Amino acid sequence: MSTFLGTPGIGNLRGDSSFPTAARRELANTQMRRNVGHATRTIRSKRLAAVGECPDWEQLREAGSALKRDVLARLPELLTELEHNVVARGGVVHWARDATEANQIITGIVRACRTDEVVKVKSMATQEIGLNEHLAVHGIAAIETDLAELIIQLAHDKPSHILVPAIHRNRSEIREIFLREMPDADDLTDDPRVLAMAAREHLRRKFLSAEVAVSGANFGVADTGTLAVVESEGNGRMCLTLPKTLITLMGIEKVVPRFTDLEVFMQLLPRSSTAERMNPYTSMWTGVHPGDGPENFHLVMLDNGRTAVMTDEVGRAALHCIRCSACLNVCPVYERTGGHAYGSVYPGPIGAILSPQLTGTRTHDDPNASLPYASSLCGACFDACPVKIDIPNILIHLRAAQVDAERHGLPSGQDMAMKAAAWVMSSPRSFAVAEKALTAARFVAGTDQRITALPFPLSRWTASRDMPAPPRESFRQWWKRTQSAIQA
Amino acid sequence: MSAQDSRAVVLGRIRAALAFATPAPVDVPRNYDHTPFCGIGNTDRFIEALTEYHARILSTDPAGIATAIASLVSSDGRVAVPYDVPTEWTHEITTVVDRPEKPLTVEQLDRCDAVLTGCALAVAATGTIVLDAGVMQGRRVMTLVPDHHICVVFATQVVDTVPQAFATLDPTRPLTFISGPSATSDIELSRVEGVHGPRTLDVLMVAAKPHVPPSST
Repeated sequence: MSTFLGTPGIGNLRGDSSFPTAARRELANTQMRRNVGHATRTIRSKRLAAVGECPDWEQLREAGSALKRDVLARLPELLTELEHNVVARGGVVHWARDATEANQIITGIVRACRTDEVVKVKSMATQEIGLNEHLAVHGIAAIETDLAELIIQLAHDKPSHILVPAIHRNRSEIREIFLREMPDADDLTDDPRVLAMAAREHLRRKFLSAEVAVSGANFGVADTGTLAVVESEGNGRMCLTLPKTLITLMGIEKVVPRFTDLEVFMQLLPRSSTAERMNPYTSMWTGVHPGDGPENFHLVMLDNGRTAVMTDEVGRAALHCIRCSACLNVCPVYERTGGHAYGSVYPGPIGAILSPQLTGTRTHDDPNASLPYASSLCGACFDACPVKIDIPNILIHLRAAQVDAERHGLPSGQDMAMKAAAWVMSSPRSFAVAEKALTAARFVAGTDQRITALPFPLSRWTASRDMPAPPRESFRQWWKRTQSAIQA
Repeated sequence: MSAQDSRAVVLGRIRAALAFATPAPVDVPRNYDHTPFCGIGNTDRFIEALTEYHARILSTDPAGIATAIASLVSSDGRVAVPYDVPTEWTHEITTVVDRPEKPLTVEQLDRCDAVLTGCALAVAATGTIVLDAGVMQGRRVMTLVPDHHICVVFATQVVDTVPQAFATLDPTRPLTFISGPSATSDIELSRVEGVHGPRTLDVLMVAAKPHVPPSST
């Protein structure tokens, strides 16, 4: 068992209840289930078509996976190379050990610009560190400009999807939110086109007057110092082009070695996330471009638990993630519970392996300790992942690590069940006794030959699963009955 | 703790993690399609992909550029143009010129009805236009604020694949990849065109060789 665990990350990475509890709460929301079910079904078939037309898709996945492994193996040299090239082109580079430090750095830069308002491009990293909340405490308003993030912000809600944070809301709910929160919006229908236009009107003045923008980064290129933001609406272009000062927060794992490596990721990412051949807009910039775009550029490189994830040679593949959200869209668990059940800003299968590793799990009752079990291990996420992260294998690895860590405490129900099973299987005689006892269970089965409710402690099993009734006769009993007659 | 300390701490943590669980060196397999570009790209494929994004495409030859452009804007429309767009393209329309010595303000651009530019290259497989702020493309803000973008693409500027595009592009320039008009999938994951970027994208596909060299500075 490992003793070196690294320094855990903090921020919006942990919910307040375990996954089963949170999932039960969320499953009661039938509107959310309909919305998420509808949206994920739509995108699943589109993604298959977008991927299907690439004859070299598997080769691209292999290349993407290898590139990400190479990045982690050479991370110190690649980060310093990126830093050197950004500085050489007029940018400023900051390093943040955790969420608190990243928030302090960004707040300091905004304050130095003497403004109390920033426009934001959608960014998982800023969600992770809770930047908006931190800026608000310091009297700075952060305005989300991505449509889905704007919906979340106006509804005082939490994101539930990596790509489409408002996936749990349908068009008529969004219309209600806009009517309630946008002072200038009236006469809205629930036509998505009309709603998108309302967002355009609402944000246009903000874009044209903003002094400071905050973005995330999809990629940071070591050999050139180039940063890339992949988007659809043009809100990203607005934020990356119009304000005087641009602050980009990037997780340290987002670096790629060479500019030409983007030829792989710019094929994998759009087709996996929105199922398009290419997303409407991608912006790439290298430091400051005189006379074109921001005059000041700050890059903040964030650890916040990523180095702790790197200490696990199996689990660190979670850092290969390019945040496409394909694994969420194909996951039968996510499709039913939605993203809020996962607690962290990273939901779904990738969240189930990333969040507990970023934060570490302190005790058995840590909500993040339940996440590796939030899966049926069906493997759909592994098939869909554009960089081939073996999510099911990492889930099992994390479950094993959790069991190992708790080995010397009080035995759990599972421990006792395993001990009992070990005794039963230790001799033919005890196995025969158990088989005989099991036949008695036929009496509690319903007419459909299923057992749906058992008394405690077995109720912990039947609470969420039916059990087939044991057969009238076991194989060994049948053998004894028929074969002994023949031999006699 | 000073900024310098944080840098040392983060790099130290990474090195410690790598020392604790050392990864094997990686050879990146590059057997995906990265055939070098030769000859002329597949313009039909480019047009087909762009059409799917609901961009409008007009095919013309060099002599028809000015008339084609005029057909895309209303007679009293004001069209923003970078200073180096040739005047023979624009003699049938009213232009507002962005000059290095006197750049247009955001407010001036916001009052324009359209913007007319060339491009650095285009990608057939994905229906993508790439701007690099080079010749006839202007600053990034120009193609962003006006609500209607008219982009002239010469057939000789079309490459077939994404790797062919990256092999040609200069990363020290500001790059914008444009694949259709602005769009969103944020409401029920269905695509809707037209949010913050230009809501209309018109592409002029020019068949023969450009009479001014394509972007390279």
